[in-house]
Amino acid sequence: MNADVLLGAYVFILAIFVGFEVISKVPTTLHTPLMSGANAIHGIIVVGAMLVVLAVPGTLGAILGFFAVVLGTANVVGGFVVTDRMLAMFQQRPRRPAKAEEKKP
Amino acid sequence: MTLESLIPVIYLITAVTFILGLKGLSGPTTAVGGNRIAAAGMIVAVAATFATKAFGSYGSTGLALTIAGMVVGTVAGVAGGRLVKMTAMPQMVAIFNGCGGGAAALVSILEYTHEAQAGTGLAWGAVLSSVLGLMIGGVSFSGSAVAYAKLQGVISARAYRYPGQRLITGVVFVAMILLAAWLVAGAAGIVEQPRLLVLVALAVAALLAGLALVLPIGGADMPVVISLLNAFTGLAVAMAGFVLSNQLLIVAGTLVGASGTILTRLMSKAMNRSIANVLFAGFGAGAGAAVGAREGDTRTQRAISAEDAAILLGYAQNVIIVPGYGLAVAQAQHAVRELADMLEAKGVNVRYAIHPVAGRMPGHMNVLLAEANVPYEKLYDMDQINEDFKNTDVALVIGANDVTNPAARADKSSPIYGMPILNVDQAQNVIVIKRSMRSGFAGIENELYYDPKTGMLFGDAKKAVEQVIAELKKAA
Repeated sequence: MNADVLLGAYVFILAIFVGFEVISKVPTTLHTPLMSGANAIHGIIVVGAMLVVLAVPGTLGAILGFFAVVLGTANVVGGFVVTDRMLAMFQQRPRRPAKAEEKKP
Repeated sequence: MTLESLIPVIYLITAVTFILGLKGLSGPTTAVGGNRIAAAGMIVAVAATFATKAFGSYGSTGLALTIAGMVVGTVAGVAGGRLVKMTAMPQMVAIFNGCGGGAAALVSILEYTHEAQAGTGLAWGAVLSSVLGLMIGGVSFSGSAVAYAKLQGVISARAYRYPGQRLITGVVFVAMILLAAWLVAGAAGIVEQPRLLVLVALAVAALLAGLALVLPIGGADMPVVISLLNAFTGLAVAMAGFVLSNQLLIVAGTLVGASGTILTRLMSKAMNRSIANVLFAGFGAGAGAAVGAREGDTRTQRAISAEDAAILLGYAQNVIIVPGYGLAVAQAQHAVRELADMLEAKGVNVRYAIHPVAGRMPGHMNVLLAEANVPYEKLYDMDQINEDFKNTDVALVIGANDVTNPAARADKSSPIYGMPILNVDQAQNVIVIKRSMRSGFAGIENELYYDPKTGMLFGDAKKAVEQVIAELKKAA
């Protein structure tokens, strides 16, 4: 087993523990935004796609590389946009009282 | 110091932002910041990778392909994320998750092919990671596509079953694993290195496996499935990280894989089921049918008009609104807010009871009602409000079904027995707004509808609420 794989295995195992620890307590309200945020984070695959975009010569290789970049980018961008939009829904509280008062008269 | 040599440091910083981001996302006050910091880390990592490639190893073709791909992906991501209605968010998470799975599968294919064509012999460890990345990514891609199609209504949300389904699913999975084993054995020198066609066959088998896995699962369980597929994609990305010896991909993918697994467990726990039960049992297929046919069904429901409902609500002191998926489908959140405002103007105390799995995803209802500017303080979790139902004049159930079924509390033969429910049946009066008498996603009868104090107001949630509002206005 070479050093790279072994190092990778260390990182993998430690990241499992971090992943378990970091989100052990989440209020239900935040389950969906958290899922969406995690979804955006695995969009980091776009970096992998950029590294291998031309790894295989020929038209087919280029097409597959192109799609890998498209899908990875869509994952990142869409993931963060959706999460931000969800979280924005929870941010309206400070504005509310003022609004309600406006309506009263 | 070149940019190339700084890359590992930049990746390390990005990995830290991802951990901080996930941690932030799990608290209400830190969530927005968490998302932003993860996004910032992502931008830095992508920009740095792009810069080293653009000024280094890319030719003009590679640069053009990457830029074109990023432009197309960005347009798709922004359009999908911004333009879609808030109710459609769950399926957008599914589709973007599928994108990630597809990308991970493609990266694995490309790297395997690259190594195979180099002719220097394949390392079996690298092949194992490629093969796993391709399998898991492929399952996530097609599975997410099915989840999207079910939630979007492109295909029926019902659990899709056919004769010999378990056998076919089994064959697909076994075929997938055998093909994967063949590729790994080829790299390890146990058998002759198989041709690239085997890799293509593995990709096809993985896509079929995703279909076979998700098609038999009903729409109500899609949140759990999407969460699980999210964890899958994370794992596929981690595998791609092994293939490319890229620690950032390993960290990010594994973080999502681990946290996604926890989240999936939390979600299925809220429904009092195990993940295995969600995936393989097929809700209501066996026991549900028995329950449906159990009683002769001579009981009747009491249908009421919008006027009746308006009177009941108008003279109540305490009203609890129980929103469900029907409210989301009908986009009734604004109408509900208006109704609540009118009732409050009359001095009625209006609150909302949110079941952990109401709607299509945990937190779905909170998001929808927040969109309609319902004050956050009026939303109550099940545990906070369940005791108050008995002091409530009217419980108004809008498009919710299984989460109000008292059978979950009392009937041991019911498939949803043991699932925590909202104690709607303890309210003095119950109004249920429902499109038809059809059963919920669990496919079982709801005892609540036969309760003498329950009035059924049939119709689309939005229209029905608007009718009640109109009646209230007339009375005022």
